[in-house]
Amino acid sequence: MIKTNILIIGAGPTGLFAVFEAGLLKLKCHIIDALPQIGGQLSELYPKKPIYDIPGFPEVLAGDLIDNLMEQCKQFQPGFTLGETAETIDKLDDGTFVVTTNKGTKHHADAVAIAGGLGSFEPRKPLLEDILFYENKGVEYFVKDPEHFRNKNIVIAGGGDSALDWSIFLSDIAASVTLIHRRNEFRGALDSVEKVQELKHSGKIKLITPAEVTGLNGAEHLESIDLDQNGAHRNIKTDFFIPLFGLTPKLGAIANWGLKIEKNAIKVNNALDYQTNIEGIYAIGDVNTYPGKLKLILCGFHEATLMVQSVYQRMNPGKKYVLKYTTVSGVDGFDGTRKEAEKAVIKAIE
Amino acid sequence: MQDITLKITDRNGKIHQIQAPTDMNMNVMEVVRMYELAEEGTIGICGGMAMCASCQCYVLNDTIIPDKSDDEDAMLSEVFNVKENSRLGCQILITSEIDGLEIELAQQ
Repeated sequence: MIKTNILIIGAGPTGLFAVFEAGLLKLKCHIIDALPQIGGQLSELYPKKPIYDIPGFPEVLAGDLIDNLMEQCKQFQPGFTLGETAETIDKLDDGTFVVTTNKGTKHHADAVAIAGGLGSFEPRKPLLEDILFYENKGVEYFVKDPEHFRNKNIVIAGGGDSALDWSIFLSDIAASVTLIHRRNEFRGALDSVEKVQELKHSGKIKLITPAEVTGLNGAEHLESIDLDQNGAHRNIKTDFFIPLFGLTPKLGAIANWGLKIEKNAIKVNNALDYQTNIEGIYAIGDVNTYPGKLKLILCGFHEATLMVQSVYQRMNPGKKYVLKYTTVSGVDGFDGTRKEAEKAVIKAIE
Repeated sequence: MQDITLKITDRNGKIHQIQAPTDMNMNVMEVVRMYELAEEGTIGICGGMAMCASCQCYVLNDTIIPDKSDDEDAMLSEVFNVKENSRLGCQILITSEIDGLEIELAQQ
């Protein structure tokens, strides 16, 4: 069981900044995220896009903002459970919580802060009959363990970076890799496109474009796929079909936690501390809603800051908290590091 | 600056005739959100960067709208329910040229 003060659900900018603000109050955080990397939408959807409305940054790339937020909070040593989604929550008699992920990882926390943005990212599934039947029987939406595909025949569908990158990677491991896309053009990093071109010429990747997978076949496990290429029907034998059509966010299991939900967002008390209708569960950033809500990163930062104050009060009832400024108090990391302003030099001029 | 009229069929098949301002640098996706014609959280997920296709719509009449950019074209090649007349609402700017545009929101 992982123990922490604040369990944050979502490793986007709001969740990461909450780690920093909590650290200033000596509260430890642990973050769960469905994606294998931190950063949420900023890393997954638009790492190379500039953002212009982060205070103090006239322009910052989304990916760089995440790097900076991680750098800012790292001395507070946040724990991470990545690639897992928060599934169930149990409130114990003492008011603390146990949150369990889809893989069974248990987290025990004094408070829970949902900073899940638009929800956890789930694969966009092709509209194919029986696709649910073949999931884990030949249809995979992620490449979690490349060894799983060693010496197997694989069909990948999609036209973006992940389809290109995994085709390249698996071409060294699999018996055969066939890449299918609806168009001849691919949207990806130039060097990935060129690499696939090269592997196509050397025969390591079979490219079928413009084409679309139209059916899945096999008794117990996937055995072949049907595809339509310019109106002509073809059947290809394969062990695996990996459709990579991007990810789409879903609120998911959190929607069943008994929280008040309005327009796919969690209602919170914004006049006070961004707490939900369940005491001890907070919602901050894009995932929450209240009168006048703006889905901006900078608003998430503010919400995170007020949330940690409330958690502190909840954990230390009766203790009077006095706001401290980092310019005055410095920052004491949980890793033993200390950051502080340089002392002024006082010296007489002779 | 004047408002223009758009006819939007929502995902339940209901038709809405709405007015959209041309002086606020808005796009069709934002207008749909402004009038709450699609459930919040199901449209404009990427904010309007042609990166999620949650605002896919079908153009129903012959109003001339600017051509697709490569980004929009590439995004539409990766999603489902795409037809000849598919566009991303976030990439259609509200200008006086598109007055009278009729669209239908694609299913998710």
